[in-house]
Amino acid sequence: MVNGKRVLIIIPALNESGSIADVVGEVRGELPGVEVLVVDDGSTDRTAAVAAAAGARVAKLPYNLGVGGAMRLGYRYARDNGYDVAIQIDADGQHDPRYVPKLVDLLDDNDLVIGARFAGEGDYSVRGPRRWAMVMLSAVLSKVARTKLTDTTSGFRAANRRVIEMFAGWYPAEYLGDTVETLVHTARRGYKIRQVPVAMRKRMAGTPSHSPAKAMIYLGRAFAVLTLALIRR
Amino acid sequence: MKLTLITGLTGLLLLATIVELLRRRQLREKYAMLWLGVLLIVIPLSLFPRLLDNVAGFFGVVSGVSLVLFLGIVFLLLVCIHLSWEVSALEEETRTLAEDFALLRAQIDAERAARDELVSSDG
Repeated sequence: MVNGKRVLIIIPALNESGSIADVVGEVRGELPGVEVLVVDDGSTDRTAAVAAAAGARVAKLPYNLGVGGAMRLGYRYARDNGYDVAIQIDADGQHDPRYVPKLVDLLDDNDLVIGARFAGEGDYSVRGPRRWAMVMLSAVLSKVARTKLTDTTSGFRAANRRVIEMFAGWYPAEYLGDTVETLVHTARRGYKIRQVPVAMRKRMAGTPSHSPAKAMIYLGRAFAVLTLALIRR
Repeated sequence: MKLTLITGLTGLLLLATIVELLRRRQLREKYAMLWLGVLLIVIPLSLFPRLLDNVAGFFGVVSGVSLVLFLGIVFLLLVCIHLSWEVSALEEETRTLAEDFALLRAQIDAERAARDELVSSDG
């Protein structure tokens, strides 16, 4: 329970056996009384076993569905088990669980709360095409959602019961669909979205890619996904 | 004459393939009917390639063969689009199944853990 609400932390994980135990342990340490569900997205390593040993509930997908697939499973679990709030956290340890109560508090007046980098807290910088993509996404999505959104691809978000029920029935499994398209969909249906600045930490394991070619491809795909999301029903 | 032989034989071979697949229950009826219908048009055309020349002339196409080629490409494109659509639907179905499976497995694990705890606290 956080502020009288039943809270479920959903952690989608793909081959994160190196960091998942620490992430689960930290969440459970910082937020006693909160249930943690690790969705193992078809990992080939011991992610599921390690997460279970660390005290998380584990739902293991038989094969890889992508973050969106893992998240819909998480929201279905939250819906079926009567949780009031579902919070997505990355498995690589870059999200600080101490921000969770802040996100939950903001859900009193909002339906979907996003923990955003670049919003004043912490240090995190991006340059080149990847930055242009982020600027484009935040400009368009801020307009659609009628609120300031600077970090639209953040995987740190909290949903209330209404949004849990919507996401349990509809959550795209495509590339960037889990972030960009869900924002458009949610905003269009009149739900209130709000972002809150959070500091991001260095990943506990794994490295982000910095290749310029990949960044250009990312920009192109982000543009395509955004356009599709805007013309889709 | 040689050409007619080749095209005619090809048409009959395709017909035999479809019938055989259908006989072995390897092809769903809805697809089989589609291809049988296509062959019903293709086989007479392969035997008498000039059959459509009048129709082609009406549409301003010089040769019936060109018209068949054009219609054939359009038809194949439509089939490809349809198959992409079917695959998307199938992926959505298998995704839902995978989720159901994972949820059930999680539920069984949780119940087993609860039972083990009960047993160990009794003993």
